[in-house]
Amino acid sequence: MAMVLNEEAGMLKDAARGFLADSAPIAQLRKLRDTDNADGFDRKTWAAMAEMGWTSVLVPEAHGGVEMGHVAAGVIAEEMGRTLTASPFLSTAIMGATALSRFGSDGQKGEWLPRIAAGEAITAIAVDEGRKHNPSKVATKAERSGNGFKLSGRKSFVAEGHVADMMIVSARTAGGEAEAEGVSLFLVPIDAAGVSVERIKTVDSRNFATVTLDGVEVTADAALGEVDGGLTALEAVLDAGRAGLSAEMSGSAQECLASTVAYLKERKQFGQIIGTFQALQHRAAHLYSEVELGKSIVMKALQTLDAAPDHAAMMVSAAKAKLGQVAQMAAQEGVQMHGGMGMTDEFDIGFFMKRVRVAEALYGDANYHAEKFARMRQY
Amino acid sequence: MLDNVDKGEIMSDLESFREETRAWLEANCPVEMRQPMRGEHDIVWGGRNCQLSEPQKLWLDRMAGKGWTVPEWPVEYGGGGLDKAHAKVLREEMKRIKARAPLQSFGIWMLGPALLKYGTHEQKLEHLPPITRGEIRWAQGYSEPNAGSDLAAVMTKCEDKGDHYLINGQKIWTSYADQADWIFALVRTDFTAKKHEGISFILVDMGQPGVTTKPIKLISGKSPFCETFFDDARAEKHNVVGDLNKGWTVAKYLLTHEREMIGGMGSGAMRPAGDVAVQMIGKDEQGRLDDPVLRTDITRLEIDGLAFMSTMERVADEAKAGQGVGANSSVLKYYGTELNKRRLELMMDSVGQDGLEWGADDDAAAHWLRTKGNSIEGGTSEVQLNIISKRILELPTS
Repeated sequence: MAMVLNEEAGMLKDAARGFLADSAPIAQLRKLRDTDNADGFDRKTWAAMAEMGWTSVLVPEAHGGVEMGHVAAGVIAEEMGRTLTASPFLSTAIMGATALSRFGSDGQKGEWLPRIAAGEAITAIAVDEGRKHNPSKVATKAERSGNGFKLSGRKSFVAEGHVADMMIVSARTAGGEAEAEGVSLFLVPIDAAGVSVERIKTVDSRNFATVTLDGVEVTADAALGEVDGGLTALEAVLDAGRAGLSAEMSGSAQECLASTVAYLKERKQFGQIIGTFQALQHRAAHLYSEVELGKSIVMKALQTLDAAPDHAAMMVSAAKAKLGQVAQMAAQEGVQMHGGMGMTDEFDIGFFMKRVRVAEALYGDANYHAEKFARMRQY
Repeated sequence: MLDNVDKGEIMSDLESFREETRAWLEANCPVEMRQPMRGEHDIVWGGRNCQLSEPQKLWLDRMAGKGWTVPEWPVEYGGGGLDKAHAKVLREEMKRIKARAPLQSFGIWMLGPALLKYGTHEQKLEHLPPITRGEIRWAQGYSEPNAGSDLAAVMTKCEDKGDHYLINGQKIWTSYADQADWIFALVRTDFTAKKHEGISFILVDMGQPGVTTKPIKLISGKSPFCETFFDDARAEKHNVVGDLNKGWTVAKYLLTHEREMIGGMGSGAMRPAGDVAVQMIGKDEQGRLDDPVLRTDITRLEIDGLAFMSTMERVADEAKAGQGVGANSSVLKYYGTELNKRRLELMMDSVGQDGLEWGADDDAAAHWLRTKGNSIEGGTSEVQLNIISKRILELPTS
């Protein structure tokens, strides 16, 4: 497959860039932060995104979607990375839609996919339990109870958990705490008895949730995919999210580079534009090279997800590891080259540093994915 | 019969080309040419001094006969006239039977593309077919003792003597000049013009007394480079490529090709670093490479390698689609060579003390040492960063 966007994706990119620059620039994130907005995102903007079809980008046509694929989803995520737009796009339009369309029963699809496509439902993925991402380490229990299951446990770092209508929860139906076998996935409505959600504000001015499940009863229909064998589905859903995050980080890295280069052309010291200094030129040029490599591996991962979703894991881990490194480098170099101004809240560059730190950690940081890559490469 | 017709209709043009190519390669590629190369001495560079084994000669002649030593060049100049898609099929089918490249040369990689773009029809007819048949081996005369990174400072003097040119001066770092038959060189044809505007790109026959070469021994113990001396050497007037005094344009175009070539070296052809390390060092009881810090370094290298290869692919696809940034060849040169140096450092770590033997069969140490030149030749890494800074980021100069 040629590594260029097709016409449709190219148009989507232009449209997304225009819309986000006008309707959801970084100023919006500042405002959400400064007003301590309880949602952590702007609902009017989210509705407009749904109107444009962004929420249905991975929803099959049979369920009201446009099913443009992961490359298209990545185009949107990348543009959001440029403007640091806060929204449930990743948790819902990428991960929720992937989970349901690939692994949902007909009933589950019919119930949730049209609502996701219409922007009417927000979903969250409740997977992590400790300070480091590890999807096979699951202490949350799902015990058989009557015709269904009873869930108990605590989930941390749940993106959009505080605004979700439904959560996809990983829980152990068999096996020991770190075993791959015995993990199952359940669709848990947020208003089910025994679910409590605590909103957590994170360093990137976004919101996550800590979710406690205290004997939450769900029916057997709530199981997503195979009981006891849910880790495969979970990894596939996570990989869709990881690729989306990598695309977002690629957008952030490109924007950091662009604003830093612009600053180098404008700031004067010693009677000269500082961009004339070779020490800074070489830092910027090296950063450009890294950002270009980042763009390529992201596109490769997204294309692989579309073409061969069952064989995308290695490319996705490579992308998440690489972009974790590249985006953090772009933000850190950006702050350094902005000098004292880079340390001020007034300049946007610090927002990027904070967001990419979160995006890098979410669903496995660069070290996690490097380790996973090495295991898949069998060394 | 009916069966064949049906099949023919269903099969796309590419599929039938694949089938024909596969059959032809099976019938024509000697078994010896399907064995992995054992070292540099197995590369067929062509030229008057080239000693070919019987299978090498057979393979070269058969491939050249189809124009497949340069599948994408026009047929009239000895190429195969294939488009990119068909050339890709040919590459894939050659790879399938592990066929060696029948011929490699600077003529194919560097001079050919420059002549195809800037040469006259007569120049192409004279010089391209011998390249495709491996009859003439070319050297590149660019650097001089005082014109390295500052290449446009070349001073080799080229005087108009009416019916010919007379050349005096010295080139350095001319790869394999002692094996070559002809040289394409940057010479100064106008000493009064500005630095970039008095240079011409000229083709010179090395088989004359006025051209001599002297190998330079490198830290690897090998001598892939030479000094080349011009003492009243003669060049015919029709052998200036492009306009007189406009050689810098040709030189820059050719450098782009050279950069992509050097940057791409070692990216696909070599065994993955992780596989080499496992073979050399083995695994621990958890199945991990039995050197945890090296394992981390190799993992990062392989991930960067994947990102780099994806970038080569993307840059090529963007160029095909008429998008992208031309100066991205500097990114490929810069990153690819730095990556290759990293790769060989880790290979030395993997081979361990056995790799320190001087003159060993596998020549691991010589290979490692050779890669240190990758980020110097064809424009240093620092020159590439300058180009990225100026041409892509458009940062100002003081």
